[in-house]
Amino acid sequence: MLATERLQLRIGARILVADLDWRVGAGECWSIIGRNGAGKSTLMRTLAGLRDADGGRVLIDGRPLTAWPLEQLARQRAFLAQSRSDAFAYTVIETVLSARHPYHANSYWENSDDHRIALQALASMEVDDLAGRDVRTLSGGERQRVAVAALLAQDTPLLLLDEPANALDLAHQVSVMGLLAKLCRQQGKTVVMIGHDLSLAHGISTHALLLMGDGRWLAGARDDVMQAPILSQYLHHPIDVLRHGNRSIFIPREAQA
Amino acid sequence: MHPTSANLRARAGIITGGLLLACVGSVLFAGMTGSVSIPLADIPGALDELLHHRADSLAATLLDLRATRALTAFVTGAALSLAGVMMQALLRNPLADPYVLGISAGSAVGALAAMVAACAAWAVDAAAFAGAVAISMLLYLLARRDLKSGSAAEGGTALLLLTGVILSSAGSALVTLMLSIASENQLRGMVFWLIGDLSGAPLRALPWVVLASGLLFALRSARAMNVLAQHAEAAATLGINVGVLRKGLFFISGLLTASAVTTAGSIGFVGLIVPHACRFAFGPDHRVLIPAATLAGGAYLVLTDTLARTIIAPQQLPVGVITALIGTPVFLYQLHRLRK
Repeated sequence: MLATERLQLRIGARILVADLDWRVGAGECWSIIGRNGAGKSTLMRTLAGLRDADGGRVLIDGRPLTAWPLEQLARQRAFLAQSRSDAFAYTVIETVLSARHPYHANSYWENSDDHRIALQALASMEVDDLAGRDVRTLSGGERQRVAVAALLAQDTPLLLLDEPANALDLAHQVSVMGLLAKLCRQQGKTVVMIGHDLSLAHGISTHALLLMGDGRWLAGARDDVMQAPILSQYLHHPIDVLRHGNRSIFIPREAQA
Repeated sequence: MHPTSANLRARAGIITGGLLLACVGSVLFAGMTGSVSIPLADIPGALDELLHHRADSLAATLLDLRATRALTAFVTGAALSLAGVMMQALLRNPLADPYVLGISAGSAVGALAAMVAACAAWAVDAAAFAGAVAISMLLYLLARRDLKSGSAAEGGTALLLLTGVILSSAGSALVTLMLSIASENQLRGMVFWLIGDLSGAPLRALPWVVLASGLLFALRSARAMNVLAQHAEAAATLGINVGVLRKGLFFISGLLTASAVTTAGSIGFVGLIVPHACRFAFGPDHRVLIPAATLAGGAYLVLTDTLARTIIAPQQLPVGVITALIGTPVFLYQLHRLRK
């Protein structure tokens, strides 16, 4: 589905990721884990095609990113940006409908299917009652859920999410993550996301990619990679793992006073 | 609970149709109103005479003069308003106007330089247009990076905006310089040009061509403009070539502004107030906003110009005075209602 070949990412002279050879198969759910500034968002933006790679290349379905026509690519992958700024008073339903843009090349208006899909996406994020609201009046968490709904309405096999749980309350963090996991399992969608909650990531991911921020990286199946010693090294903080039923809970050790 | 697609289409049709009627009404009103008013009953006869190229009656002569001026006002107002909508989408800022990037300052420098050199009227127009084109090119060269979309900052138009504002102030400085060295008898014409005045503005075909092509471009990009206005840079992930769209908006809105300013001087506030009011009334969807703001801008300038030439008749005011006097309080009112 998604692959990188010898991908290199740099900010200025600093190398964030070096020689990343990475394969993401259909139906897999990947979490990208690393410290602040380790290049997680830079990698995500590169995968989304919003910035050029500093070396190597990104392939989607075996075809280099640069060889995809933009509109076709927009039917293959959707991207949730980390933050949004709303300058105009669009309604919630309008922002979700605009995610249907890649599906009608030349028609001036959306059709009733687009409206149906947009409403379904809103309902699955539990924000269908907000459809007529001005997006600028929403709370942070509501806005985030509307943004995820727009992503769902884009209806692509590959979903790239930069901190999807941002600003969400506990219940919605769990329900959004659960929904993403379900999309992978039941509809064979591929999810790549960034998150800071290790326990939540462990609960739904099948794989994980760890970034050190100095070029080093580690990719693999969840249970091979998400182990206390490895995570402690990559996150620069000692981490303990507790088993709770069939779940793993990750706890940062308290700083010594 | 919310409109379906068929309803949206019908709504757009009603809004556009209603505004189209308002436009015809405003031109008709402008034709009837003046020092000698023409009763509505005489209009068809006078129109008939005009269409057969013989203006024998007083009504026909007056209608010819007034309708010419009203049509010039319409094309100017429509172009300014459309340019305003495009500039606001480009900068992702509802408070931008067509002049914010210094295009009017550029054409003012050109026009005033030609006036100082005592050139003929056509040369003043040509110089105004050249000034607008020159400043657009300069701005493009300086802020090319922003328009190519790849900038890191969210939205990424700070460079373009700041460069435009600085070029605009440089233009104002040159304008002040020329005003201070101009002779007394040139000053009045120069000040009227700066305020924006439609008296003696000829009815030309070119502004209509520019308006028509600008409108065509805008309508074709309306959906993409919605996505750009909402998602800024991330618009690219929805299949929009952000760089091409931004460049298109920049050059077409620049061309519309240059054409309007060349016709009538820098009339202020139309490009800010009319799109704002239309957004307020009809929502921010560009598919409705573009035709609505274009028509409303035209009608608005026709009506304000009629007011400008009748309010203290026989003396005529430059229309820019009226648009500013009406524009300021209307804008403040909208702003405060919005923020409440």
